Amino acid sequence: MSAPRRPADPSGLERYYVLTGGRSGPGGAAAGLDVATLVVSRSGPVPGLQHEHEEIIRRCREPLSVAELGAHLGLPFNILAVLLSDLLEAGRVEARDPIPAHVAGRGPDLALLEEVLSGLERL
Amino acid sequence: MDLKGFDRPGRHAGGDIRSVKVMIAGGFGTGKTTMVRSVSDIRPLTTEETLTQASVGVDDLIGVAEKSQTTVSLDFGKIGLNDSLVLYLFGTPGQERFWFLWNGLFKGALGAVVLVDTRRLASSFRAIEEMERQKVPFVIALNVFPDSKDYPEEEIRDALDIPAHIPVVSFDARDRAASRDVLLALIRHLKERSAVPVESR
Repeated sequence: MSAPRRPADPSGLERYYVLTGGRSGPGGAAAGLDVATLVVSRSGPVPGLQHEHEEIIRRCREPLSVAELGAHLGLPFNILAVLLSDLLEAGRVEARDPIPAHVAGRGPDLALLEEVLSGLERL
Repeated sequence: MDLKGFDRPGRHAGGDIRSVKVMIAGGFGTGKTTMVRSVSDIRPLTTEETLTQASVGVDDLIGVAEKSQTTVSLDFGKIGLNDSLVLYLFGTPGQERFWFLWNGLFKGALGAVVLVDTRRLASSFRAIEEMERQKVPFVIALNVFPDSKDYPEEEIRDALDIPAHIPVVSFDARDRAASRDVLLALIRHLKERSAVPVESR
């Protein structure tokens, strides 16, 4: 069911508050994160990391979208984005935004559309 | 600590994999998640955005002493197109009035498929308006339910006020090949759009 709803667990907000140190939204590097942005770890987990940070690094050895990370970790997008901004700023992960069909000021990316077409045709 | 996969410092696994995204829109119950499930390589997952009361401003949240939150969910799936390109499909939340709350939901999408249940055309009006308003290129896909009457596509096009250049196709969202064909129709439409001059605003 996709309708907006109140969370069943009223303590959810407190958990998120603790996870993010009270920050409600990402700044800087993570402000442009998309649900389809791929996150890739740049190194292995290091001692002393917050559990959730370590979990992200572990899961992103292979590129994983922000949406998948959110689903696997059970974290809403904006909370995950705060955690990712920490890792991006520390250089522990890199983020690759989805390729748009159009780049501002340029025409549509025909080569990209061809690539998508042939990929779908092989399904 | 498990460090498998990090034996090449400075280089990451996964090479140069990039992603593209396509939105699956349409009114409540038009088959968005069904379509995602049909074509996805993975079992569809759900990701959520939590909206705090300050950004919601809905009456029933105002004046609540404790901080309240509303959750909007996206069902999604993915298709590996080749070794270096992954297509993510996102089914939009059924209640279109919440779309604007999810910042940049449609930004960066190649385009959208708007699903229509011909038994309840009106349920997709809002989705179509929203695509037009946000200038997201889209195709209309009529999800044919077992008890749907067989309407000519042109009749539906008139009823929905869809201009001639936007494809209207019929399909069964439960069918993988049919769902794939709808995505093909969208990508072909995107290619055709690029062949005509950009319309003036």
